[in-house]
Amino acid sequence: MGSAVFKGGVHPDYHKEITATMAVSKMKAPSTVVIPLQQHIGAPCEPLEGIEEGVRVKMGQKIADSSGFVSAPIHASVSGTIKAIGPYNHPLGRPVNAITIESDGQEEWDEKVKPAGNLENLTPDDLRKIIREAGIVGLGGATFPAHVKLSPPPEKKIDYVVINGAECEPYLTADHRVMLENPEEIIFGLKVMIKALGAEKGVIGIEDNKADAIRVMEQAVAGEDNITVAHLHTKYPQGAEKMLIQVTTGRIVPSGGLPLDIGVVNHNVGTAVAITSTIREGKPLIERVVTVTGSGINKPANLLVKVGTLVSEVLDVCGGLKEDTRKLITGGPMMGLAQPNTDIPVIKGTSGILALTDQDVYIAESSPCIRCAKCVEACPVQLLPTSIAQAAEHDLFKKAEKLHAMDCFECGCCSYVCPSKIPLTQLIRIAKAEIAKANKK
Amino acid sequence: MDNKMVVSSSPHIRSLESVQSVMIDVLIALFPAALMAVLLFGYKALITMIISVVTAMLVEALWLRKRDIFSDGSAAVTGLLFAMVLPPAPPWWLVVVGVASAIIIGKQVFGGIGYNIFNPALVGRAVVVMSWGGYLVGRVWSQPQPFALTADISAITTATPLGGQEEALAVSLTNLFIGNVAGCLGETSTLALLLGAAWLYYKGHIDLRIPGGFIGVVFIMGAIFGGGFYGGALTTGLFHVLAGGVMLGALFMATDMVTTPVTAKGKLIFGIGCGIITMMIRLWGTLPEGVTFAILLMNAVTPIIDNFTVPQQFGGVKKSA
Repeated sequence: MGSAVFKGGVHPDYHKEITATMAVSKMKAPSTVVIPLQQHIGAPCEPLEGIEEGVRVKMGQKIADSSGFVSAPIHASVSGTIKAIGPYNHPLGRPVNAITIESDGQEEWDEKVKPAGNLENLTPDDLRKIIREAGIVGLGGATFPAHVKLSPPPEKKIDYVVINGAECEPYLTADHRVMLENPEEIIFGLKVMIKALGAEKGVIGIEDNKADAIRVMEQAVAGEDNITVAHLHTKYPQGAEKMLIQVTTGRIVPSGGLPLDIGVVNHNVGTAVAITSTIREGKPLIERVVTVTGSGINKPANLLVKVGTLVSEVLDVCGGLKEDTRKLITGGPMMGLAQPNTDIPVIKGTSGILALTDQDVYIAESSPCIRCAKCVEACPVQLLPTSIAQAAEHDLFKKAEKLHAMDCFECGCCSYVCPSKIPLTQLIRIAKAEIAKANKK
Repeated sequence: MDNKMVVSSSPHIRSLESVQSVMIDVLIALFPAALMAVLLFGYKALITMIISVVTAMLVEALWLRKRDIFSDGSAAVTGLLFAMVLPPAPPWWLVVVGVASAIIIGKQVFGGIGYNIFNPALVGRAVVVMSWGGYLVGRVWSQPQPFALTADISAITTATPLGGQEEALAVSLTNLFIGNVAGCLGETSTLALLLGAAWLYYKGHIDLRIPGGFIGVVFIMGAIFGGGFYGGALTTGLFHVLAGGVMLGALFMATDMVTTPVTAKGKLIFGIGCGIITMMIRLWGTLPEGVTFAILLMNAVTPIIDNFTVPQQFGGVKKSA
């Protein structure tokens, strides 16, 4: 088994108690959805032929796709009439083409939505095709197309599938609830992945601050001889791919490499459930569990939300924002994205909507580095954040590259611990962008 | 509501720790040693510390033209540390000139907190040792008078245990540990210093590699090259650890964040280097004590140490040269 803990990391206040005990409730379908054509890492989608203003679409109908391999198609999350196709606000900051659908309230499923049949009768290729067609992406937040991770090159033998139930981001409880409420679906999804990859073993990693989830998942795997549950130490970023794989399998993802280089594929618990409902019921990915929480939310909740629902409507269901809300974040507080307003759609990667009030919002005012090395101790990939940030500040990007800036996955631990409140993560991000630009030339 | 949202780069939460909270933790950590100084050397030690701390804060506030004289607390730390490396009852002007040098030459001329190369308190000490050595070298050290808080300790003077073998053999290891020996104001009590360092370690402000390397090397070199005069090789090694400024230096000066390496390996190298230089001065130099210059010399090579000890990143492969 893996080693018990990874090096580095931080222990922020988790605030998970706000929503941890709240069962997932299905949010009433909104009257209008705005579905961006880019909701994944990879090539953006184009509307399919015949998808244009005024056309009626059914729920679950594929409305956009791309010919790129690293991409995932997009489906209508309601039945209704297309009102507009064009740029719309996007959580990533830049407007992205989106299809606006006015719901007819019928929730009429597309004819193509039907069970795929028995898992025994499906080949790995069938599974990959079904998962691709369902538009499934990594639901942990990175939104990497799931079928790509299930299609390793033939020379890479995969033996381990690691399921991420760590949910190390503070505040978020979406994965926690999924584990409590859909354990059987997670196991089935994991079996689909194991079959698609020809793998041998599955392991589900859960942080030990979710004792109830560990108990439920252990009961669920009781009859399985190749699937185990790993109890993980509660420490951020335990759910980061490299850390999770290290503690669950004992293997180290090489610098610049991928988990499949060491025979491992890693998926989120939510992704496993999405795969299950695709195989069993034919449902494409058109909804997801979103944790709506934080000091700025009047009525926090874990909601099952249709992709394309505007954040403003989700907030209305949760009693709106408090007067003194100063920051709105999609995702968690460590790696999520701050949003200027609520007029943005929920996308496949939106694991949380977090609203923070004045007292929880830190307004940056930094002082010189006192070389305390707390960032060095906190860095889970053993970089020298202060040195990279200093290089970035002086435009010394070659030096930043030599200091392995490209190995940073922007977990935010360095900025979090810094007593001088230097925006280290942001400076390293700048260095990474400049290095990538220079290497492209 | 929308127009007042803060949009910034992640992470969106920060730890509560600040430069000021770190400095306050250091002041708390120095409290046992300060208290011990008063118990051993009486009110004069207290006056020395007050003059040093207040002058340090005033000089820094004047230099930076700031009204908030405590500010980030770093000047108070420098002031208290400087007092601790002085004799318990030096003339007031020596304290003032020394601590002003510490703040100005040691810190501000480099650009202030974070930018100084040398430990400011030790720069101050180097200045007074060089300029007014008569107050700090020889049989000028006050004999401690435990619990005699109002006694004038400057009346009886002696040499420190490092003055010579005779002086060394006059003190027991127990007294060295408690601090009931002649020496600098804050350096004599290993017990008090360890208590303070435990607090810093608990708060995550010090890394054991520096004091570990430093104290370890002093012990080993003391045992091997110390001549065993103090009742055997091992006890001689222990004598070198407990006598003089090794504990204060290793636990509070060599662990100064600004002037020491940030890498794990670098910290160990720094500590070992301090230990070697300290013992070379003690055993084969002309000065009885070498902690100050050992740390200052290692401060100078800190950037080089950091450059040569960049850690292997996660999943990285060592490049074969």
